[in-house]
Amino acid sequence: MPDRPIAAPDAAAPLADAVAPGTSRELLKIVIVGHVDHGKSTLIGRLLYDTGSLPDGKLEELEAISRRRGMALEWSFVLDAFQAERDQAVTIDTTQIWFKTAKRDYVIIDAPGHREFLKNMVSGAAAADAAILVVDAAEGVREQTRRHGYLLHLLGIKQVAVAINKLDLVDFAEARFAEVSQEITDYLGSIGVTPSFIQPISARDGDFVAKPSERAPWYSGPTVLEALDRFHSVTAPVGQPLRMAVQDVYHFDERRILAGRIESGILRVGDTVLLSPSNKTAQVRSIEAWNAPNPVQAHSGQSVGITLNEQLFVERGEILSHEDAPPQLSNTFRANIFWLGHKPLQVGKTYKMKLLTCEVQVTVHKIESIIDTETLASRGGEEVVRNSVAEVVLKSRRILPLDEFHVLPRSGRFVLLEDYDVVGGGGISMEGYPDQRDALTVRSTNVYSVEHRVTPEARILRNGHRGGVLWFTGLSGAGKSTLAMAVEKELFAKGYQVYVLDGDNVRRGLNANLGFQPEDRAENIRRVGEAAALFADAGFICITAFISPYQSDRDRARGAAGENYHEIFVEADLATCELRDPKGLYKRARAGEIEEFTGISAPYEAPQDADLVIHTGHSDVETCVRQILDFVEKNFTLSPSA
Amino acid sequence: MAEGAPLLREYGVYSSIEGSNPSLSANSTPQKRAAAYSFERAEMNRLDELEAQSIYILREAYNRIAPLSMLWSLGKDSNVMVWLAKKAFFGRVPFPAILLDTGNELDEVYAFRDRYVPEWGLDYINAECPGYDETDPTLPKNARAAERKTLGLKRIIEAHDFRGIFLGIRRDEQAVRGKERVFSPRDESGDWDYKDQPPEFWDQFKTDFAPGTHVRIHPLLQWTEVDIWRYIQRERIPVVPLYFAKDGMRYRSLGEKDITRPVKSDAATIEEIIAELESTKEPERAGRVMDHDSEDAFERLRAKGYM
Repeated sequence: MPDRPIAAPDAAAPLADAVAPGTSRELLKIVIVGHVDHGKSTLIGRLLYDTGSLPDGKLEELEAISRRRGMALEWSFVLDAFQAERDQAVTIDTTQIWFKTAKRDYVIIDAPGHREFLKNMVSGAAAADAAILVVDAAEGVREQTRRHGYLLHLLGIKQVAVAINKLDLVDFAEARFAEVSQEITDYLGSIGVTPSFIQPISARDGDFVAKPSERAPWYSGPTVLEALDRFHSVTAPVGQPLRMAVQDVYHFDERRILAGRIESGILRVGDTVLLSPSNKTAQVRSIEAWNAPNPVQAHSGQSVGITLNEQLFVERGEILSHEDAPPQLSNTFRANIFWLGHKPLQVGKTYKMKLLTCEVQVTVHKIESIIDTETLASRGGEEVVRNSVAEVVLKSRRILPLDEFHVLPRSGRFVLLEDYDVVGGGGISMEGYPDQRDALTVRSTNVYSVEHRVTPEARILRNGHRGGVLWFTGLSGAGKSTLAMAVEKELFAKGYQVYVLDGDNVRRGLNANLGFQPEDRAENIRRVGEAAALFADAGFICITAFISPYQSDRDRARGAAGENYHEIFVEADLATCELRDPKGLYKRARAGEIEEFTGISAPYEAPQDADLVIHTGHSDVETCVRQILDFVEKNFTLSPSA
Repeated sequence: MAEGAPLLREYGVYSSIEGSNPSLSANSTPQKRAAAYSFERAEMNRLDELEAQSIYILREAYNRIAPLSMLWSLGKDSNVMVWLAKKAFFGRVPFPAILLDTGNELDEVYAFRDRYVPEWGLDYINAECPGYDETDPTLPKNARAAERKTLGLKRIIEAHDFRGIFLGIRRDEQAVRGKERVFSPRDESGDWDYKDQPPEFWDQFKTDFAPGTHVRIHPLLQWTEVDIWRYIQRERIPVVPLYFAKDGMRYRSLGEKDITRPVKSDAATIEEIIAELESTKEPERAGRVMDHDSEDAFERLRAKGYM
């Protein structure tokens, strides 16, 4: 049994204010951190007891358990729900529990202080609005006190109260309190954290937890509960620039809904939004809802679904913003990270990074400094070991939309994964890394034209022919694939570097994530155009065999390959194609099984000035192939055969 | 005091923002909007926050994990979960809803199921649980009833090769559940290694797994019992009538016939239930006999794969 009688909870224990139906009271998430055995769990147990939050019978149960173990009443048993933890007497995982004051509700995330459980501490602390840092008055500031203080700073938790605990063990000596206060203030000050309150308490006995105590007449500040009530709830900021990460794209019905959560700012119907990194813009047509009218605006914190006025190809991971305050675009950035991995973080290693809903591979380019949270000394090094913090430079394989962590924390933070596990987290610092969005001529990439050491001329000399694109366009069944395969075979036999891109090899991999919606089809063709242009650059003759019904899509492909692009219209009239119907598609389209089928229910825009027209309705395959081979001979060979 | 907040919500006008800063009106220019940026906070209702968070979790799982299903016990929590799924996916529940059926549920529960499977358009799976004779005889008597569900769950996961299962558990129900993650991996035997759980923060959930792992997803982990009732009230979500007091007794938590007891209560409406919960200190699962067999009964059940 405890050596001091336990005071019964205040008879006027704060009761919840009545709340309007359908609403709930404000909730503040707090985390309690500090060195092992400095009394975090005890403080929580005491807070629960003093606010009348323990279920009936819990105190008796705790007394019984403690008695069985031959111990004084252990408040921390409230949280240490696991058998294993009772035996080890350390908290091994984060727990969340609730209590309330007259002002609002609280959820406490119990963050363990034992060093090896740092990942759990981070799991708990990352979600908090405010923190209580518990320091043992006798022991003073210890390693974990500093480490946790530093982590609060890294996690961006700005509201911190320091509870100097176990004052009973130092006879409530004011001088000792002042000494420890100074020690912790100095440390926190050096990392830019100013504690809102520093309080002398005895969690076990209840002094200054819920009630003031005569044992420290020299202290007139708030109790722990009063301090908590003075903190602010940190809900998602609406007054900041709009950020919404695309989480998914739904096609459940005729609507194409972009689903995601607004991380900051306000989104309204009619807004022009910029998608990053793809750098496309569109207008918000609607904000969708179920079982309620569609709202006209939505704000930070809400999970929404929106439709756009244009059928853009949009993928998970894109960030929506307004045009006037977009995220920066870069593939290189600096980050302050904490490392939880068993294997150290090393220069040159590649990790999966998750930033909102975007997943990308990043490579550690540089470790700028490794910070000792004890002394705050920083040093260089080639690796960052478990439980360390460091400043690093990361490079991703593709360009990313990035925000400064200290400005927009929700879109400026990320986690790193190795194998299947999260091994670290951090905040982005763009200092010294200019936005690449405007510097780029092509707005959607930060890829500077590569200075090849192999010149195009050298490739032509090696291959004996130019590279280029033979873009076959025509109705389904016009004979594009048949001709493409025949031409490829003939050209290869003649020693040409040649390759066919068609639906089969492109849809399987490169475009495996695309469906058959209009915007996906457009994206399919765009990618084919880009891939074909690369083949052409590499010196190949690339034959593409796609219906590609729209002139605008084909013009884009021409733009990608430039003067090496040759459009070949594989022409046969609809009746002929429908009669051939090699894959039975016309039949299905006529039956209404295929929507928007070119020639039946969607238009085909025939090329007006094709480089070559092949009439497959009038000629046999051999003649057609011959015509194309002649064309190649004329346009691709260095010295046309006499 | 009653009507303000729900009315605003119904019209989809989150007007506290609009009202507090006129410069953020719909027709403001981008320049004006940029000038108006501040650290102003949205006046977001706690239920709105919980709803948004749960929808985020549901959508995250739906995007990352397949095949997926949802345990639908037909209790108040799992009905809220179905409702949230319909919100997340705009009227659809795009995965099966499973009842672990021991044949021993309360009659009102079956009646509820028969009505709402069609009404909510659910892709319903009735997963029959193995009998008592297949359970671990060393477990306390009542825990064996729970183990039937655990075994039933394992079998249905194997049969459909589900990689993800939504469960409507909450952290405030029971201390051991308080330790759970939102995305909680299980190995092939369904065991839960609570001593080595993956870190989970900033809503970056564990969605990559070694082969043979399945993940339990807990969209309601942050909700409390009162939150659930307030949400049921706000959204007018149907629940099994056994929750409402009759002859001075009501069910606070629904389980099977022989191991669940009603508790003393006069709360016959949602309003009265909320008022009762605001003042009670009686734990929610007091009527669930299996939790109280021994000090670590629930922990042992959980480690063996119980929900």
